[in-house]
Amino acid sequence: MNSSPVVRIWEKVGTAALYGSFGLASLITIFPFLWAAILSTRSREEIFTPGISLYISNHLADNYAELMNTSFPFWLNMFNSVKITALGVLFSLAFMSMAGYAFAVYRFKGKNLIFGIFLGSMMVPPVLSLIPFALIIQFLGLMDSHLAIWLPFTAVPFGIFLVRQYVVTTVPLDLMEAARMDGAGEFRIFWNIALPLMRPVLGTLAIIQFVFFWNSFIIPLIVLTSAEKQVVVQVLRSMQGLPNSPWGAVMLGTTISILPILIFYALASKQMIASLTSGAVKG
Amino acid sequence: MTVSTHSNEMPAEQSWQNRWANMKVTLAPYGFLSPAIILFLIFNIFPLLFAAFMSFHLWKPSEGLGAMTFVGWENYYYAITDELIYKSLYNTIFMGVLSGVTMHLIAIPVAYILATYIKRFRNLFTGAFFMPFVTSTVAVALVFTNMYGENFGLFNSLLATFHEMPVIGSLLFFWVDPENPIRWLIDVAFIKPSIAGMQVWKFFGFQVVIYVSGYLTISSEIIEAAEVDGCTGFGKFWHIALPSIRPFIFFCITLNLIGALNMFEEPFVMLGKTGGTDSAGLTISMYMYLVGWVWEDFGTASAMSWFLFAFIGVVTGIYFLLFGKKGLGDS
Repeated sequence: MNSSPVVRIWEKVGTAALYGSFGLASLITIFPFLWAAILSTRSREEIFTPGISLYISNHLADNYAELMNTSFPFWLNMFNSVKITALGVLFSLAFMSMAGYAFAVYRFKGKNLIFGIFLGSMMVPPVLSLIPFALIIQFLGLMDSHLAIWLPFTAVPFGIFLVRQYVVTTVPLDLMEAARMDGAGEFRIFWNIALPLMRPVLGTLAIIQFVFFWNSFIIPLIVLTSAEKQVVVQVLRSMQGLPNSPWGAVMLGTTISILPILIFYALASKQMIASLTSGAVKG
Repeated sequence: MTVSTHSNEMPAEQSWQNRWANMKVTLAPYGFLSPAIILFLIFNIFPLLFAAFMSFHLWKPSEGLGAMTFVGWENYYYAITDELIYKSLYNTIFMGVLSGVTMHLIAIPVAYILATYIKRFRNLFTGAFFMPFVTSTVAVALVFTNMYGENFGLFNSLLATFHEMPVIGSLLFFWVDPENPIRWLIDVAFIKPSIAGMQVWKFFGFQVVIYVSGYLTISSEIIEAAEVDGCTGFGKFWHIALPSIRPFIFFCITLNLIGALNMFEEPFVMLGKTGGTDSAGLTISMYMYLVGWVWEDFGTASAMSWFLFAFIGVVTGIYFLLFGKKGLGDS
C-alpha cells in the first residue's frame, strides 16, 4: 500500500478512535457491577448523597453486619443456591445425556412420537406453564422443597436435542456394535464408550444449566416460602422491599451473589459465550 | 445411523440367549429415556391437563383441593373481558418491541465493526458486552433500581453534572431540571423506556456475539468480488453483510419474542408486583402471578393461561408464516 503520510496518519487516528470508543463502551457495560461493589462500601448517607464520585468508602464492615442482621439467613440462602445449582447440573447431565443418547443411537417404537412431543413442548412459552406447574407442585406436596426447584428442569427438551445432535455427528456406531459383539451390556456401552466421547457437549450443557439454576427466580418465588429455604436472589429482592431499604447491605449481598458466576466467567468466558449461544451457531 | 436389531432371515430356532440380547437392545432406549419421560409427564403434560380442568372451576389453593366448585365457562368469560389482561399484553409487547428494536440498532453495526475492523482485543470487547447476559436478572435489576433512583440515583446525578458543564450543558442538556429530577420508575411516561433500557444493556451483548459469528460466515471471495465491483465501506455493509446475516436476525428476533413474553423479573423487582404507577410496567407473566398468587384465583389464572396459549399460538403462526421462510430461506 502506498498511501500518503497524511492518509496514514488519519488511518491511525481513526483506529485509535475506534479502539477508544469500544474500550469506553466496554467500561460502560461492566460499570453497573463496579457500581454495586462501590456502593457496598458506602454508608447510607454516602449512598443518598447526589453527585457522581467513584471513591471507595470504609463502611464495608458495617454493611456486612447489617446484611447479617436482617431477618434472612444470608449464607444459608447462598448455600441453598449452591446446593440447588449443583444438584440441578448433576442430574441434568445424567438425564439429558441418557435421553439424547437414546434418541441418537436407537431405533424404537414411538420414537418419532416422543421426539415430536418434546419438540412441540419447546413452543409453549414458560409463562403459560407457571400456573399448572404450581398446581402440580402443590398436588405432590412439594411446596417449600428444594426438589421442586431443580428436579423438573433436569430434562429440558433443548438440552436433550443438543446431546442428540452431538451424538449423531460424533459417536461412531460401529464402535458400539463391536462392543456389543464382545458382550458388553447397553449401559456399559453408554457409560464406557459413548459418555467419554460426549464430554464437550456435556460441558456446554453444564454451563447452560449452571447459569439457568443459579439465576432462576420465578420458580423459587412461587415454591419457596420459608426464609431458611429461599435462594439468594429471592432474599435480596425481599431485603430491597423492606421499609428504608438497607441499600449498602443489599448491594453487598448482590455483589456476593453475582461473584461466583463472574469469577467463572473471568476464567472461562470463551466457553461460556460459546455454550450460551450454542442454539444459534449450528443455524 | 440407527442400530438394526433384526437380521434379515430369522433362524427357526433362535437361542434364548440371542432373544434375550435382542430384547435388551429393544428395551434399552426406554430405559435411557425413562427419567426424561417421567419428569416430562409429571411436570409438563399432567399440569397442562390439570390446568384445563382447573379453568372450569373456582378454587383458592389455600382452602385445599376440596374447596373446588365447578363454574363452567365463567373463568374464560372473565379472562377475555378483563381489561388488565389486554393492558398487560400491550405493556409486554410495547417493552419487548422497544428493547428489541433498540438492541438490534446497536448490536448489528457494533458486531459489524467488531467483525471487520477490530482484529486485536475482539474477544475482550465481546467478553465485556456479553457479561451482563450471564448474571442474574434480579441482581442487576436491584443495581438498576438504585441507579434509576430519583434524588440520589446515578442517572439523574449524571444528567445534573452534564447540565452544569459549560458549553455542552446549555447546548445538549438544557432540558435537565435539577430541581425536578426525572422519576424513572414512577412517572408513567418513563416506566417502559426505563425497563427496556435495562434489557438492552443486559441482552445486546448476546446479539453482538451472534451477529459477529454471522458476519464471519461470509466468505472472503464474496467480499473480494464486491470490492472489485466497486463496493466500499457502507455499501459492503448494506449490500453484502446485512443480507447474509438474515437467518441470524430471524433467530435473534425469535429469541426476542420469547424473551418478551417471559418478561417478569425486571419489572417485578424494579416496580413491585403490581407493575408500578397505573400498572404501566405490568407484563403478562406478572399478571398471571398477580391473579394466581396475590389474588389467589387459580381458576381464572388457568383460564387466562389457555386464552394466552391460543393467542400466542396464533401470533407465532403468523410470524412464522410471514417471516419464517424468508428468514430461514438461505440457510
